[in-house]
Amino acid sequence: MAQSVAPPTTGADTPAALPIRAILPWAVFFGVLMLVLLYFVGAEQGATSVFSGTDVHEWVHDGRHLLGFPCH
Amino acid sequence: MNSATVRTLLVRGMLAGLGAGLLALVAAYLLGEPRVDSAIALEEGHSHAHGGGHEVEVVSRGLQSTAGLATGVLLYGVAFGGIVALAFCFALGRVGRFGPRATAALLAGAGLLAVYVVPFLKYPANPPAVGDPDTIGKRTALYGLMMLLGVLLAVAAVILGKRLAPRLGNWYASVIAAAGFILAVGLAYAFLPAVNEVPAGFPGTLLWQFRLASLAIQVVLWTAFGLLFGHLAERHLDPLSRPVRSSAGSVPVSSG
Repeated sequence: MAQSVAPPTTGADTPAALPIRAILPWAVFFGVLMLVLLYFVGAEQGATSVFSGTDVHEWVHDGRHLLGFPCH
Repeated sequence: MNSATVRTLLVRGMLAGLGAGLLALVAAYLLGEPRVDSAIALEEGHSHAHGGGHEVEVVSRGLQSTAGLATGVLLYGVAFGGIVALAFCFALGRVGRFGPRATAALLAGAGLLAVYVVPFLKYPANPPAVGDPDTIGKRTALYGLMMLLGVLLAVAAVILGKRLAPRLGNWYASVIAAAGFILAVGLAYAFLPAVNEVPAGFPGTLLWQFRLASLAIQVVLWTAFGLLFGHLAERHLDPLSRPVRSSAGSVPVSSG
């Protein structure tokens, strides 16, 4: 008597790691770019100023407070 | 092509960050804005009581609380989406045997903890009217330092755990790494100066609700990001993985 058994579902293997050499250029360039973005959201025209005035600070004012950054 | 993979994951990370930012924006608008408005009303009331002149509004409240809020939250989401995607590229396959989705979820949890909860517990979010403008530089530096410490100590804990795992096994290595993290963060809390610039008479209830709203926004952001990016990364890295469809009906058993 033939008895069919469901094939066992194989657990996923550990994914292959990406070589560090391939990641580094992206990490350096975009890492810095993303940090600059965060600087403008969180600190520009507050503790420090790249641009004069208060426009950036006022524009992101509510976001800055609610995201937890010191604002004024 | 590994470089192309990194690029794809980076783009997906930023898109996931944008999507998470949209959800966080909803939380910010519904939970956060009422508290901001209340705090500003207090601030202006205090200003009037002291005969303060009317300042010219650089950005109207209407814009600040909608488009301005959206700009801040969405840019934050995109920026951290990109950063965590890059961290994902380093972590995948190097931290345990986790697949893409689990790695993304763990990274999002670690991000929430290291980037927000750790700094928050020492220097919690403050609504308008709280905080002396003269000390903004010091407070920003301290907050940034606490963020940096949170991230560095989390990375150090993961490295410690990996080093200990061959000798102690994953469970004990993880517990010791977590304990080390907590101890190190505790030391940072003890040695960094405290900040308390809540004006006399500021309602404790409003302050508490504001800080809870801030925490809720971050929890929404990182949770949504972890789930979204995990899905997008999995789709790219393992396109064959699909829910297993069982064949229709039961297999007929032939009678012998």
